Amino acid sequence: MTEGAPIRVVVLAAGNDARGDDALGPLLLARIEALGIDAVRCVFDFQFQVEHALDLGEADLALFVDAHADQVEPARLGQIEAARRPPTGSHALSPDEVLQVYARVCSADAPPCFMLSLRGETFELGAGLSRAAEESLEAGWALAQRLFDCPDANRWRTHCA
Amino acid sequence: MSFELETAPNRENLRRVAIDPVSRVEGHGKVTLLLDEAGHIHEARLHIVEFRGFEAFIRGRPYWEVPVMVQRLCGICPVSHHLAAAKALDRVVGAVPVTATADKMRRLMHYGQILQSHALHFFHLSSPDLLFGFGSPVGQRNIVGVARAHPDVAKQGVLLRKFGQEVIRATAGKRIHGTAAVPGGINRHLDAADRDLLAAEVDQMVAWSQGAVALVRRLHEADPALYDQFGHFESGLLSLVRDDGAMDLYDGHLRLRDAAGTILRDDVADQEYLSLITEEVRAWSYMKFPYVTELGPQAGWYKVGPLARVQNCDFIPSPLAEAERKAFIDYTGGAIQHAPLAFHWARMIEMLHAAEVIREMLPDPDLVAGERMADGVRTGEGVGIIEAPRGTLIHHYGVGDDDLVSMCNLIVSTTHNNQAMNHAVRAVARKYLDGRELTEGLLNHIEVAIRAFDPCLSCATHALGKMPLIVELHDAGGAVVDRLSRD
Repeated sequence: MTEGAPIRVVVLAAGNDARGDDALGPLLLARIEALGIDAVRCVFDFQFQVEHALDLGEADLALFVDAHADQVEPARLGQIEAARRPPTGSHALSPDEVLQVYARVCSADAPPCFMLSLRGETFELGAGLSRAAEESLEAGWALAQRLFDCPDANRWRTHCA
Repeated sequence: MSFELETAPNRENLRRVAIDPVSRVEGHGKVTLLLDEAGHIHEARLHIVEFRGFEAFIRGRPYWEVPVMVQRLCGICPVSHHLAAAKALDRVVGAVPVTATADKMRRLMHYGQILQSHALHFFHLSSPDLLFGFGSPVGQRNIVGVARAHPDVAKQGVLLRKFGQEVIRATAGKRIHGTAAVPGGINRHLDAADRDLLAAEVDQMVAWSQGAVALVRRLHEADPALYDQFGHFESGLLSLVRDDGAMDLYDGHLRLRDAAGTILRDDVADQEYLSLITEEVRAWSYMKFPYVTELGPQAGWYKVGPLARVQNCDFIPSPLAEAERKAFIDYTGGAIQHAPLAFHWARMIEMLHAAEVIREMLPDPDLVAGERMADGVRTGEGVGIIEAPRGTLIHHYGVGDDDLVSMCNLIVSTTHNNQAMNHAVRAVARKYLDGRELTEGLLNHIEVAIRAFDPCLSCATHALGKMPLIVELHDAGGAVVDRLSRD
């Protein structure tokens, strides 16, 4: 990063807006994109995948956004590290597996990466957003605004659960 | 009607092992094994435990929305659904054939999808199995040696996939939720700047694809006992082929070969697929079991996908891939290869073909100029068939006078392979698990066999926390006596 230059942030969101609360990722991403911050690049996909490792290489700070089927809080921020072993999940990677791919492919440490997960309950094809997910979206949006008020890894860590 | 090991006669007295869900394949798949006290397998099934409801999602929508909307069915192969739907609805608007520009833009998009999907599967989903072994110690030593000789495999896989995604973005308008293919044609040309960027990289993609074919071929040659026998079963082969018998992944007629390689049905027009295929429902799985109607469910099941396509066509119309197809055929002296691990070899031959097709197409002036739309006499029904990365994909729609979809039938690639995957699971269970103490490593053999088909089991639900691998061992009364889990 050049001294004095704005911190380049990449926001990677995953989800499917036709599958109920799976839409949380793209919905929050749309709000972040609407902030219009020049140094923030937004990336959307149905699922996190190996090529997203390349997006990390162009950033000083990264934020993953996704629905979470198994958490209590409406929105939760945590810093993530590379998974210890190669991805074994499915066609989709978890964010820590994306970092693991980055380490293998780029032979370098990834920038500080954070995960903003939003609680979801229903993921059926054709379903709309649940009441719980609406609450998660607002909680996530409030948190995201605080993050982008000061895009700095140390400040972001103070918001981690 | 039931196959060997499909349903045990004395189920209540057996132990039950569940692999739920199957890792490294998409969605809600589950394998259950029923064993007696001595550990002998009496039943093995691959279940689909989620009702997908695609047809209900689509019925009642305006037909022109469908090619965009169906991309939301599957986060793995949205382009295939996009194009199959557009092809079906070309019939409804009477646009047969579409213009040269529309045909070529769609083909380019499709081969970009094939390239990126096959790259992901081989380099990142299967390479841990193939390069580091999953059973035989001797095989593992050979394979590790190959891996050491190819340290750039992971990076090449990412960049090949990225290139394929860029082809999709350049042709579909967006990489996600593309809108380019519409009933009757295409709504954009290829931008010349995008064409030039892709052209600058495509030679490298062809070279890496050649390297991938060579790698998987060497794996076969290094351990033929494993690669030729693991999960082996025989079945018919179904795919599209071009009118002259060439491999064509975008369009053509249906061809069926039997397990020995004899062509049983040929020249079946896409609009006539119902004259060939019947779908059977079984109580224990949400996924149907298609079979060739005239052969019946016991003999008429088949496999689709790369292993079927490479052996069903008469030739591949690109020189490097055709040379590799011939080597593939020569490997068995012309006999049909049925072993599931041969899917990987065939898949890489197709990836090379896709890279060659993209290279050949990019300079075509019809991509950057020319008529985009065609029309004709409006009809009420259309079928679109495409060879998606995982195999034959069928979209069939009826459209009312009110322009709303009144009927919808989708047969996705993984459904075609349902019976074949079950046979692979049973073959592996019989050979590797029967009478032995079950370990996670042995259970992984089951998953390796399933992964060879690259199935897409639920399409697009992926939220965090939804897909840990859980293996549970139940006693005869159904109580959990052992459990393994990994995130």
